[in-house]
Amino acid sequence: MLRDTAGRGRTSGRARVSSAAAVLLAAVSGAAAGDAPNRTPSIFEPVSTPATEIHHLSLLVFGITAAIFVVVLAVLVHVIVRYRWRGDDPGREPPQIYGSGRVELAWTIVPILIVIVLFLATARTMGTIQKNRAPEGALRVTVVAHQWWWEFRYPDLGVVTANELHVPVSTKDRPRPVFLTLESADVIHSFWVPRLAGKTDVIPNHPNTTWIEPEKPGLYVGQCAEFCGTQHAGMLLNVVVETPETFSSWIEAQRRPAVVDPAVETGRDLFRSTACVNCHEIRGAGASGDVGPDLTHLMSRATIGSGVAPNDRAHLESWVRDPATIKPGVRMPAMQLPDRDVDAIVDYLETLR
Amino acid sequence: MSEIDSAAVLPAPGPAPLGARLHEWVVTVDHKRLGLMYVGAGLFFFFVAGIEAALIRWQLAVPNNHLISPDAYNRLFTMHGTTMIFLVGMPILLGIANYLVPLMIGARDLAFPRLNAFGFWVFLFGGVLLYFSYVAGEGLYGAGSAPDVGWFAYAPLTGAAFSRGNGTDYWIVALLVSGLGSIATAVNLVTTTLTMRCEGMTLGRMPLFVWMMLVVSFLILVAVPPLTAAQVMLLFDRRLGAHFFDAAAGGSAVLWQHLFWFFGHPEVYILMVPGFAWASEIIPVFSRKVIFGYPMMVAATVSIGFISLGVWAHHMFAVGMGTTLNSLFAASSMLIAVPTGIKVFNWIATMWGGRIRFATPMLFCTAFLLQFTVAGLTGIMLAVAPFDWQLTDSYFVVAHFHYVLIGGLLFTLFAAIYYWFPKATGKLLDERLGRWHFWLFVIGFNLTFAPMHVSGMLGMPRRIYTYPADRGWEPWNMAASIGAAVQAVAILIWVWNVIRTFRRGKPAGNDPWNAWTLEWATTSPPPAYNFEVLPTVRSRRPLWDLKHPEDPDWKYE
Repeated sequence: MLRDTAGRGRTSGRARVSSAAAVLLAAVSGAAAGDAPNRTPSIFEPVSTPATEIHHLSLLVFGITAAIFVVVLAVLVHVIVRYRWRGDDPGREPPQIYGSGRVELAWTIVPILIVIVLFLATARTMGTIQKNRAPEGALRVTVVAHQWWWEFRYPDLGVVTANELHVPVSTKDRPRPVFLTLESADVIHSFWVPRLAGKTDVIPNHPNTTWIEPEKPGLYVGQCAEFCGTQHAGMLLNVVVETPETFSSWIEAQRRPAVVDPAVETGRDLFRSTACVNCHEIRGAGASGDVGPDLTHLMSRATIGSGVAPNDRAHLESWVRDPATIKPGVRMPAMQLPDRDVDAIVDYLETLR
Repeated sequence: MSEIDSAAVLPAPGPAPLGARLHEWVVTVDHKRLGLMYVGAGLFFFFVAGIEAALIRWQLAVPNNHLISPDAYNRLFTMHGTTMIFLVGMPILLGIANYLVPLMIGARDLAFPRLNAFGFWVFLFGGVLLYFSYVAGEGLYGAGSAPDVGWFAYAPLTGAAFSRGNGTDYWIVALLVSGLGSIATAVNLVTTTLTMRCEGMTLGRMPLFVWMMLVVSFLILVAVPPLTAAQVMLLFDRRLGAHFFDAAAGGSAVLWQHLFWFFGHPEVYILMVPGFAWASEIIPVFSRKVIFGYPMMVAATVSIGFISLGVWAHHMFAVGMGTTLNSLFAASSMLIAVPTGIKVFNWIATMWGGRIRFATPMLFCTAFLLQFTVAGLTGIMLAVAPFDWQLTDSYFVVAHFHYVLIGGLLFTLFAAIYYWFPKATGKLLDERLGRWHFWLFVIGFNLTFAPMHVSGMLGMPRRIYTYPADRGWEPWNMAASIGAAVQAVAILIWVWNVIRTFRRGKPAGNDPWNAWTLEWATTSPPPAYNFEVLPTVRSRRPLWDLKHPEDPDWKYE
């Protein structure tokens, strides 16, 4: 429903049914569903090299398994129809056949051959994806997963942000794959944006790597795919793929320290004099906590709470008052601030563009 | 003979007082009574875990649902999975083996009857302990109620830092205790099968059911102790300050996964091979044909047993193991499809050329063949490691293993219950209600789990208590929830069928299905000593030989 609102500005039930049908068609045929704006993170609409490789492999696997299924189904239906007892001659027993070495050998060897084909295809795709090393000029990002949000650090660019990963598009003329180092601050999580790549677990004390190479600008959604506690469901992940120009200007903006606006000094002082600073960093405002998300450019993000709510004044207010009303179980406590202070802090946060 | 015996057992003529009869069940060491108690307890937990599943489907029917809080939901799926595996699957398969193995091999009881009783009571204690966490977890030091860490309880989420309170400790101790029971019963089944077969029953003449339960028992002996060890290590981490799995102190979170799945994957076969075992007895009888390729079936079962010990890390393709290990485990996981495929083909070949009677047990077995094929094929997809990177931990996996455990195991379990119920109670379940049960359950099951393949491929991860409305997952989840309701109706019809049959079921006679294995040679229900005279057999189908003296099996084997 929301997808329709976002994509085509209408919410009719028929549109929903037809989009469901399109999704089904895409799922069954493996065909991409066209260019219509679509937030469904379908593995059949890959826009990035690893996801595309997997998609191709999956079509082969679907073909083989579908053929096997049809054979078994046909034989079984034949047997059911042909050899069902029709109530005649109840005492008579059919001829007893104890087995047949030749037939059984056939249905041992054929599956072995199929397995060999599947294995070779598997090994090939696995090599393509897993053995790829970062080329010169690749963008490097370190992903740190927390209960229940994502921290993104761009070590070469000096940028730290949260929950919304910005990467440039990679084209044939300007290939720019993104290599991600995955680290966890607490328990096991899993990084999964289906249209960009398969998932890779994010394990404490066991850094992993993965890579994406998005070929179309857009917003690609995913979420944590390994159960990680109370708000596993609320650990959403947005990847914003931008043209190189937009990406550069985003980086420029992110590198700047926080805006200092004298009009919201009350809020800033409150932020700095309460427990907020223990967890959050705001560069240039003397807040350097490293437990929660970096808020230096909070307002450049479309969502809060790792994607669970839109980033607008109303949601910011309820979040600052008591985040558990939006995200029950969240690690950030309700700070018991009076309404006046909540207002002042949100006034301040709203300036952090 | 039987009259004389019952007079010797009962203190007075007429039914004994209720207390005395209950007491008999509590102190019994009879394999049949223990088997029935295993199945009964397993079915009780089946209803509990079924209610948990219904709540899960209720919560997920629509996006952004706030019916159940996240913590309560996490407890629900943890308890649903743990219960279904350890308190439903394990006791029921051990219970049916308990009941049937001595009867099928012509023995009077298991080798160690008191160990058998110990195994049952320890399992039941473990089950009660697990559910006691719901009430007692809150009352002890720290917060917490039932465990909420998922049935595979990945470290370090289970560590003291992230799982406060006592829920995880209840999970550990309950499974540790019930695992002890499984090991005891497996020892018992192996010993019984190897030493107590009646005269003439060589290993090559054992019913396939007994062969398969022998393989299952060996698998239990190999697979359960590593889980027990890992759980003790986890308990040390949580309570004694050890750091086996505590990544923050240099422990290894991946080590837990290896230990758990070294148990966990053979466990899948421990649960599924009994389904094969039941089907291997039922399909021939209702096709009126001897099993096709008995030696191949035995060989396939044994090789499944062996290969299943070397596939565990296919649960861990996304862990970042490197190409070599990934390839190795992809290859072994694909390889296991070969013996499994042989079985499916041999069952169908058994039906080929037969005169198939589609009574309720055979209906369930037929649906099993097709649904299990689907499960096997999605299993191959999951073995294709790169494809698995997309599919693992998504609803596709949920669909896959429910096609194994419901489409495969539960369907064959219903077949087995309809088939052996008359032996255990002396009464036949109603066929008309059986058909209603079957068709509604086929529809409900497929309506619930087929759509999950799609929602998984559309990017829906498992174990989320709710989901946003903009991802195109709604229709698939709604369909699944409606399917769950249909399944519930089917189960209620079955319960009604059982209750009605107990009250006024048709008497079954000794051999209602015109079958061939030894359990049908004694009365229904069998006396405490099973057989007046221990039988002698000359072939795999002793009752066929008896019924067809002109064309006995032993001429061909």
